[in-house]
Amino acid sequence: MNNPVTAVGASTLRMLQAFGRAGYFFADLLRAIPASLRRFGLVVTQIHAIGNLSLLIILASGMAVGFVLALQMYYALVTYGATESLGLIVNLSLVRELGPVVAALLFAGRAGTSLTAEIGLMKAGEQIAAMEMMAIDTKSRVLAPRFIGGMVSMPLLAILFSAVGILGAYVVAVLLLGVDSGNFWSIMQSRVDVWRDVGNGIVKSFVFGVICTAVALYQGYETEATPEGVAYATTRTVVISSLSVLAMDFVLTALMFSTA
Amino acid sequence: MSKKGTETLVGLFVLLGLAGLVFLSLKAANLASFGTRDSYSVAARFDNIGGLKARSPVRSAGVTVGRVTSITLDPKTYQGLVTMELDKSVQFPKDSSAKILTSGLLGDQYVGIEPGAEEKNLAAGDVIKQTQSAVVLENLIGQFLFNKAADGGNASAGGAAPAAQAPAPGVKK
Repeated sequence: MNNPVTAVGASTLRMLQAFGRAGYFFADLLRAIPASLRRFGLVVTQIHAIGNLSLLIILASGMAVGFVLALQMYYALVTYGATESLGLIVNLSLVRELGPVVAALLFAGRAGTSLTAEIGLMKAGEQIAAMEMMAIDTKSRVLAPRFIGGMVSMPLLAILFSAVGILGAYVVAVLLLGVDSGNFWSIMQSRVDVWRDVGNGIVKSFVFGVICTAVALYQGYETEATPEGVAYATTRTVVISSLSVLAMDFVLTALMFSTA
Repeated sequence: MSKKGTETLVGLFVLLGLAGLVFLSLKAANLASFGTRDSYSVAARFDNIGGLKARSPVRSAGVTVGRVTSITLDPKTYQGLVTMELDKSVQFPKDSSAKILTSGLLGDQYVGIEPGAEEKNLAAGDVIKQTQSAVVLENLIGQFLFNKAADGGNASAGGAAPAAQAPAPGVKK
């Protein structure tokens, strides 16, 4: 029975089953949202745990990315006497791509892992099973508030990442390198569109928020109830969320900016 | 942490995010301009505005004194109608002239204002009469070649040399 053909068939079926479970899980999660919105206190606690506590790393990284982008772009642009366009380049690269993507990668590392470990340990300690015994719907009591928290926090974090990055670029470009402050802002304002650039960036970060949070919750919920199982699930959360964010970013960029 | 404390922190986080959004749309994009000082609006008609854009700077003697607010096509004269906001603290004589210039060889274009000599100043809503359009590189090259061809034609005896060959000796000179 253990021939290669059977092995291929078995692994294909396992993969399809995993897809099916993930699909059902995601559908259940969406269905649990209205019920958990009625207990808004739980959602607020989760926004605090997911959003507020990720704020520091997001702001620090955004500032660093802004600094470095401004320094490197200045080096390239000064040859052509186009240093005034520095603000525009930093703004477009942050608002369209780096803001949502880097914030999502950090989010997967900072908030996704803690969600997976938390849910995984609840599962390992049989707290989830205990709640189900008491006829408490774990999806709307435990999972959905975290899901909403991630969906709300991620766009806000991405916006702050871009805003802080632009301010960081301003500090380096205008205060350190001597780029004209008026041109820095005015070229930026004349070329960056609110709906096309800023709006699409927010849509992107919302999609990434949904992906990262759903992956983290699913990995936690499906974890093997052992210490190794939780560790393995946490690692998988980061790997799968990061790869899906990067793949989804390519698709979204192609859809949003292919004509612009 | 108490429930109230958590709620306050979340409120601060959401407000901070909204402040970031306001900053991105108002200061770092084109939704509106922040901190507009007292200004007055002046218009000018140009035959060709080149690469001038809304929000391009208006400069006099190299100093930025205002911004272009809108660019439209005048349907009667088929000229570009450029409206600009000038700083109220800077007043220009009525016969000042406006040019569209380029900062650097490849830089962005801006409106340069050269003050005239008249005693009366430009008021809000006035139109600057004397204007000079943006330099279009294709026209300039075309004109240069045309002039060279004409020169070459005059220089060669009888002026019967075909125009296509004429520029070559001209360039060598």
